[in-house]
Amino acid sequence: MATAESVYHREFPVRGGDFAKAGSVACEIKELLKDLGLAPAAVRRTAIVAYEAEMNVIMYAREAKMALTVSPEVIRLTIDDSGPGIPDVELAMTEGYSTATAEMRELGFGAGMGLPNIKKNADEFAIDSEVGRGTRLDVVIRTNGHVTP
Amino acid sequence: MTLSDLANRLELRVHTTGAPLDRPVGGGYASDLLSDVIGHARKDELWVTMQVHPNIVAVAVLKELAGIVLVGGRLPAEETLAKAEQEKIPILGTPLGTFELAGRLYALGIKGS
Repeated sequence: MATAESVYHREFPVRGGDFAKAGSVACEIKELLKDLGLAPAAVRRTAIVAYEAEMNVIMYAREAKMALTVSPEVIRLTIDDSGPGIPDVELAMTEGYSTATAEMRELGFGAGMGLPNIKKNADEFAIDSEVGRGTRLDVVIRTNGHVTP
Repeated sequence: MTLSDLANRLELRVHTTGAPLDRPVGGGYASDLLSDVIGHARKDELWVTMQVHPNIVAVAVLKELAGIVLVGGRLPAEETLAKAEQEKIPILGTPLGTFELAGRLYALGIKGS
């Protein structure tokens, strides 16, 4: 682990249902990581994870806190939401499965690729959900990782 | 080929005024599902879609796409245009449908990956 001085940490609030601002946290995180001089592939992967996580909160949860921690070796994103939770995590992780409403689908959301996209771009991925309470995602992206979407 | 070349050759309407059109287009991707674009489009590609809401700009920024073409004569929502100008993402339009536009782009050398 890097020393405390070299770790950047910031938290972003995300509000459920706020479609007007959708994607703004992910865009801000992308700019931040670019400014920190991280490898472009790691920046792109983190931005995708942040975007999909942000959209999930906007579509399904009441609110969430997205925490970004950056050290020279790893980028960590944790998203802790208060919301309905996911009854069957394995099913939710299946590409193509979605519980989006018809209105969301008309806007091009609900492809059933959000969580799979997050997992695909992560070097470490953990999800913990409790029905009626919320969902927590913990994602680690190594700054020199090999996945290049 | 740049966006500006493509706009001329295919008579695309350019909706944005400040976004750069001189960027080379590295390929194309056609989809109306945002997560599909997030998952599969590549940097510098031109995105063909019928979605017109502001979130398409966020997707284009995150994926570093060259631009967005709206098909079927659809016009960008006002907030979409404002966001596109702010983020410097070119938005173009055509009365053609997705299939026809993709075919014409392909014939000009703009391919998928």
